[in-house]
Amino acid sequence: MSETTTVHIADAKHATTHHEEHGHHQQSFISKYIFSMDHKTIGKQFLITGIVWAVIGGLFSVIFRLQLGYPDTTFPILETFFGKWAKGGQIQPEFYYSLVTMHGTILVFFVLTAGLSGTFANILIPLQIGARDMASPFLNMLSYWFFFIAGIVMASSIFVQTGPASSGWTMYPPLSALRQAGDGQKIGTDLWLISMALFIISSLLGGLNYITTILNMRTKGMSMTRLPLPIWAMFFTAVLGVLSFPVLLSGAILLLFDRNLGTSFYLSDIVINGEILPNEGGSAILYQHLFWFLGHPEVYIILLPAMGMVSEILSVNSRKPIFGYMAMLGSLFAIAILAFLVWAHHMFVAGLNPFLGSVFVLLTLLIAVPSAIKVFNWLTTIWRGNIRFTPAALFAIGFVSLFISGGLTGIFLGNSTIDIHLHDTMFVVAHFHIVMGVASMFGMLAGVYHWFPKMYGRYLNNTLGYIHFWVTIVGAYLTFWPMHYQGLAGVPRRYLDKSGWVNFNQFGELDKFITVVSMIVFVAQFIFIINFFYSIYKGRKVRTANPWGANTLEWTTPINPGHGNWEGDIPEVHRWPYDYGKDGREFIPQTEPVGASESKH
Amino acid sequence: MQTLLISAILVLFLVVIFQIAKASEYVAMIRGYENARKQSNKINAFLLLAFLAIGLIGVYYCNELFKDKILGEPASNHGVLVDRMLYVTLGITFVVFVVTQIALFWFAYKYQESDNRKAFYYPHNNTLELIWTVIPAITLSVLVGFGIFYWFKITGPAPRDAMVVEVVGKQYGWEFRYPGADGILGKKYFKKINPANNNPVGQLWEDPANHDDVFVEQEMHLVVGKPVQLVIGAKDVIHSVGLVHFRLKTDAVPGTPTTMWFTPKFTTKEMKEKTGNPDFVYEISCDQMCGKGHWSMRGTIVVETQEEFDAWVASKTPQYLVANPDKDPARQMENTDAAPLTGAIIR
Ligand code: HEM
Ligand SMILES: [Cu+2]
Ligand SMILES: [Cu+2]
Repeated sequence: MSETTTVHIADAKHATTHHEEHGHHQQSFISKYIFSMDHKTIGKQFLITGIVWAVIGGLFSVIFRLQLGYPDTTFPILETFFGKWAKGGQIQPEFYYSLVTMHGTILVFFVLTAGLSGTFANILIPLQIGARDMASPFLNMLSYWFFFIAGIVMASSIFVQTGPASSGWTMYPPLSALRQAGDGQKIGTDLWLISMALFIISSLLGGLNYITTILNMRTKGMSMTRLPLPIWAMFFTAVLGVLSFPVLLSGAILLLFDRNLGTSFYLSDIVINGEILPNEGGSAILYQHLFWFLGHPEVYIILLPAMGMVSEILSVNSRKPIFGYMAMLGSLFAIAILAFLVWAHHMFVAGLNPFLGSVFVLLTLLIAVPSAIKVFNWLTTIWRGNIRFTPAALFAIGFVSLFISGGLTGIFLGNSTIDIHLHDTMFVVAHFHIVMGVASMFGMLAGVYHWFPKMYGRYLNNTLGYIHFWVTIVGAYLTFWPMHYQGLAGVPRRYLDKSGWVNFNQFGELDKFITVVSMIVFVAQFIFIINFFYSIYKGRKVRTANPWGANTLEWTTPINPGHGNWEGDIPEVHRWPYDYGKDGREFIPQTEPVGASESKH
Repeated sequence: MQTLLISAILVLFLVVIFQIAKASEYVAMIRGYENARKQSNKINAFLLLAFLAIGLIGVYYCNELFKDKILGEPASNHGVLVDRMLYVTLGITFVVFVVTQIALFWFAYKYQESDNRKAFYYPHNNTLELIWTVIPAITLSVLVGFGIFYWFKITGPAPRDAMVVEVVGKQYGWEFRYPGADGILGKKYFKKINPANNNPVGQLWEDPANHDDVFVEQEMHLVVGKPVQLVIGAKDVIHSVGLVHFRLKTDAVPGTPTTMWFTPKFTTKEMKEKTGNPDFVYEISCDQMCGKGHWSMRGTIVVETQEEFDAWVASKTPQYLVANPDKDPARQMENTDAAPLTGAIIR
């Protein structure tokens, strides 16, 4: 817990009563808020950076939705802002594809990976396991700053002459490998790859830290089976990331080689713009294997933290234990293992050997079993509860609803027979936005509403929270539900204008509708953002240490915990975190020893 | 100006919402937070139930609105299998969807906080958990079983009598090659590709199997009721041959040929009647992001009777002769009055 940049002056009061080391430090502004090594501050940095990226990524989607809803209308304002990319107020195809690519990359990696794991792993792990900080606060700080630089590089690609990468967030070669293929395949793609490499380093530094901390720094009595579920979820998330991100890194580096050093890892038999390329013997499919070996675990990297937090929030607000703690753990474990064994379901029609395809069908649909267990356990958790609908609880319930809807469409796609028809259609877009995009966003928002009092010592405004929730869940369903129908009709994804097609042009009105709804949802997010920043400074003050009546350790810290979290000794843990409503008691914190007369479960 | 106005309205809207929220905070302060909380709890519980009801009606409405705009009758043998699998899955998942969503929102409503109720301490129940592990597992096994069975039928080897057509994707269009009378596609090599010299596919002219191959662009012709195997490739980047009505799709990957076979069930004419759309055509959509023209990478297919097809092929000159006009027997006849060489050249 050493502070290298500041003089360590222990507050006199704390020096006498507590460990001197963990009293208040006097820190300079820079070491406290910028190059901070306090896990809570780093968590907030991830969160706020994530919010900024979410606004940018969301704005991009609104712009390309304009094109989808109103392909024939011109929007002069776009030309004002984007110049040649929106010549005559009309979004140019290159620009459209850049927007789609940036939207996907930003939301998947910067918002729902860094913004979600980075925020809550940092804030919750030490607080909930009873540690003063991460195992390595310094690496933890580096993790944030690598993420920050990755963001700067990505943002800079928006301003280069030929524009940002435009091959889709999956960045498949040969398209992404060939400068001749288009503007977005020029310097923008190199910047994309460099940014991803930096991002991967950030996520590895973070992940290794989370794993080490959870394994080694639990307080006395905090056995692994007494860990709150968010911690288990973060643990598996980190393991997934540490094992799969390096594979993506290798894929990205090979792609950089193909682009810049004349290698042929992914290239073979190519004639582009009349130019015959010398490359022979490479395999474009190799990249897809490397990408999806990360790509599929990645979707669970995004989802698991949300699942963990939702479990916690549902239990706390139902005033009832989570149902089937061990089954929840087991299913998390099963999902984490299976997540590594299903990647080729993204490649059923890429020319995969049919037998291999059938193996992946089996493994893919197997994943639905632990997913189903989780859903039933959540349902049973709220069953016969005494539910308080805090905004966090509402978002958690919304999460379960979305996860059901999106998980079920996964059963269509995981079945290769059906996937032949649905692959790369709007159906896939609907599937992953509901199950991953919106659901994880709901998990993240639930987490923010729930732990905001711990982060800032103030409450968010409830009324704004309710308005935010209702607009968002209604809007999300209205946006993505109808896309299933487009997909069933075979409308391919990433088509910016369908009017030239005889069989795909029947959804003009629908596309307008979706565009309008998505704009409303986007604007509604500012209700949250205003609430968030306003409440940091002006929100109602938290006056009790444990406002939700929760059992976990973070609520035993002072209302505004300093660096080191607990002023005295770290509390000892005597029980699991879910004794709600036991023996007629509202809740029994983990720190309370098990009484002699207590009933067993 | 208009944009300015809209922005102004938006900002105003946010400000109003914000003021309402602040006011609600003051009201809560006056009436007591506990009371305010209880009241909003009731409101939200009710809204959850309303959301469920309206949502389910919405699902029904959406279905009514779109059901005629989507699938239609599958137009290939494999399409029938795909649709059957789709409807079975839809049936099962729909039941699960309705039951679980109702449970979720109904429980939320029913078990909203009330002073008269104590939450039921219920940490686990092994029997229940076993049941809802086993039932999904069995259901999914059934789906997997059918799925794989159909999958092998669809991806299995093409029948012997299948005709062969080569499909090549390029930025942004489709090229097709028919093997001609010998039924064999001649060898090709990408470094020979030279559209200016009338060799768009890179055929090797020294391979005699190439001499009768016919090359066309953008429009593919198929015979109704006759199995066809597509041999799929790409010149520049990955594309995907998407055939909506046949319910099929396979990627076109440069350097790695892929195949797909099926039997068209209806001619284009028949489909015009079935769909009631006189402009109906079978379309080939590129389904894999391939650059700025991806969305417009459209090809068409004409499905016709054998006679119509034969007549169409007969009207085409083999690419070999297009590229090497001096080898054209018709021309040679004009020039030299020699005996017809047809047999010798078009083997
Ligand atoms: C029941 C469980 C699930 C199954 C069986 C399943 C199956 C699939 C399959 C087969 C695809 C490929 C579809 C295609 O491209 O043709 C797919 C796409 C996708 N799934 Fe799922 N999925 C499930 C749950 C999830 C979850 C929980 C997430 C995220 C948290 C997720 C995120 C995604 C994403 C992001 C894609 C699209 C990637 C892209 O092509 O851009 N899925 N899913
Ligand atoms: Cu996947
Ligand atoms: Cu294409």
